[in-house]
Amino acid sequence: MPDNPKRRDLLGLAALWSAVAAMGTALAGVMRLPKPAVLPGPLRIYKLGDPAQFAVGSATRMEAGGFYLFRGEEGFHAISSTCTHLGCVVALNEGEGFACPCHGSRFRTDGSVSAGPAPAALPWLEIALSPDGQLQVNAETQVPKGTRFRV
Amino acid sequence: MTPAKEFLENLKRTPQNLRESMLRNGKAPESDRERSQSTFHNFFLHLQSVRVHRHSLRFGYTFGLGLILTASFVVLTFTGILLMVYYKPGAELAYDSVKDIHFVVPAGRFIRNIHRWAAHLMVLAVFLHMARVFYTGSYKRPREFNWVVGLGLLVFTLGLSFTGYLLPWDQLAYWAITIGANIANSPREVTDAIGITVWFDPGRFQKQLLLGANYVGQEALIRFYVLHVAVLPLALTALMGVHFWRVRKDGGLSRDESLPAPPARIGDADVAVFAPNKTYGLMAVVRGRTPEVDRAPEGTVASWPNLMWAEMAAFLFTIAVTLVLGYFFDAPLKEMANPAIPENPAKAPWYFLGLQELVSYSAFMGGVGIPTIVLVGLGLIPYLDRDPRGVGVWFGGPAGRRTFWQSLAYGLLSVLALLVFTVNFGWLRAWFPAIPQIAIIVVNPATVIVALYAAWSLWVLRRTASIRLSAVALFTCFLAGFIVLTAMGSIFRGPNWHFYWWPSQWPTH
Ligand code: HEM
Ligand code: FES
Repeated sequence: MPDNPKRRDLLGLAALWSAVAAMGTALAGVMRLPKPAVLPGPLRIYKLGDPAQFAVGSATRMEAGGFYLFRGEEGFHAISSTCTHLGCVVALNEGEGFACPCHGSRFRTDGSVSAGPAPAALPWLEIALSPDGQLQVNAETQVPKGTRFRV
Repeated sequence: MTPAKEFLENLKRTPQNLRESMLRNGKAPESDRERSQSTFHNFFLHLQSVRVHRHSLRFGYTFGLGLILTASFVVLTFTGILLMVYYKPGAELAYDSVKDIHFVVPAGRFIRNIHRWAAHLMVLAVFLHMARVFYTGSYKRPREFNWVVGLGLLVFTLGLSFTGYLLPWDQLAYWAITIGANIANSPREVTDAIGITVWFDPGRFQKQLLLGANYVGQEALIRFYVLHVAVLPLALTALMGVHFWRVRKDGGLSRDESLPAPPARIGDADVAVFAPNKTYGLMAVVRGRTPEVDRAPEGTVASWPNLMWAEMAAFLFTIAVTLVLGYFFDAPLKEMANPAIPENPAKAPWYFLGLQELVSYSAFMGGVGIPTIVLVGLGLIPYLDRDPRGVGVWFGGPAGRRTFWQSLAYGLLSVLALLVFTVNFGWLRAWFPAIPQIAIIVVNPATVIVALYAAWSLWVLRRTASIRLSAVALFTCFLAGFIVLTAMGSIFRGPNWHFYWWPSQWPTH
């Protein structure tokens, strides 16, 4: 049979692309490694002790948990202190709301943005009572703004 | 000769024979041919071509910037390996090990300082080198791709300094990287605004890939360490090899071919009698117009020693600068990283502060959108401006020079005016508190300045009908913007990112 250059080209191309596909698949498989399957980190549920220790009208900064705990007439609520812009820690100025030191974002007392580059409001966090009667804030779970927790 | 005598004789000659066998040429070259051979018979020297054009050696053309970059990378590698001897990439250990390096390890502080200063020098030089390549039109055919390779080098250089910034694990490092990693997360700002984050969340993917977690911790530190000491240096080295290779294969440095070759210098007289005593295979066919028949050696001089002198000067300059700075000025080391209390203000290294200023308008636009536009735009320059005229001439001639000055003035004034306005009057959200986020992402000082610059460049294009001039206009505008924004972020922003004329006015807290 005469040598068929077209056929040879086809076989060559097929071989080439198989090799490329094989390498690509292998690479894709290997490169899954850096994508973490399990996100490390502490359990972000914080027990805060007896609810009675927080006076009505108080605001308490929970440094380790990264949120503020408020107790008002209608109950407890917790607002995250991690700025929604780029993750700095906001400070509470009594009566005015929150201010971020990094790029000057400002938030009202309910967490909504009043100025600066922050794209979203500070989230409200879920509060529950633990079986042993302690106030417990789950910093991983958000609740709609205005949700209060009554003991 | 008895065997014993021969043995002794050989022993006596060994130092000399060793030297001669090591340097294949054995001795300092005397004729031009020997100089050529010294160059390509030596592994390290054969990176260079045997002869260089005299124009390429002119200081006022390259300012030695590529060489300074290479030298600072060598200094960084050398000092970096020394630092690795003591550095421990653990969240609990890193800070103390850096403190040890600084205060206990012999010469540790000095080496750490040199490493830091060489990094600053390299970043400065990479910007200046890019500017010189741009303004001399050296990205044009056949050097388009080397410009793209250069952009890769720019990205890797910035990546090296970004990853290195975290390693001391102090407050400065921790908060700069927290901000940086959240910038990687900032496509969320857009996906959130249009409500598709649940299905498509590239921001979170990028952040988790970078940090290995949702926060800056041990996983992030080890990732940054691996990038900083292995991945990026290797990638940079490989790309540098390609870069140098292309400089040679594209015909050496660019120059104005329309100028007559400079007259031969005394000492070049033996160019004419350069006749190899053996034949060489055609190792590679070189593109471009440079190695022309009959013209090749014209205007060139032997690399040995002419280029060698230039290289030595650049290396000595780099080493001298980093030694002096490292002796007098310490690299900073603040308190140990504390995730509960942000550094105020939390500033990235100086070359990112322009971006940080942009980020303070919109995280996505400043941190991802505009840098991407700039990089893609830079990459397209050699493919959009294909006019072969003006290669190797600063600004391509008087018209370009004029465009440069006009664009510089326009670029500086417009960014300054915009900053003055923003500092005094705020931006959209200050006037319309309920404005949707997407409007701010699209219209903020960062996008406005890009639009103003693009408009200017288009206007120059219309007025002059020259793509080259409009590229000069755009590049110059961005240069002006970069300088002003960097100064703004480094000098005029204080606690809470408020505007201050001088750091001494910062409130004490
Ligand atoms: C680690 C970073 C870099 C190193 C070590 C480096 C090194 C060099 C060296 C040694 C030269 C020849 C001498 C000189 O022009 O000074 C050169 C030329 C060149 N570089 Fe770079 N460079 C780097 C980054 C860049 C960047 C960021 C760009 C542009 C985006 C770039 C584009 C070019 C081009 C197009 C040439 C050829 C210039 C001509 O022919 O006149 N390089 N580079
Ligand atoms: S991180 Fe809070 S304003 Fe940027």
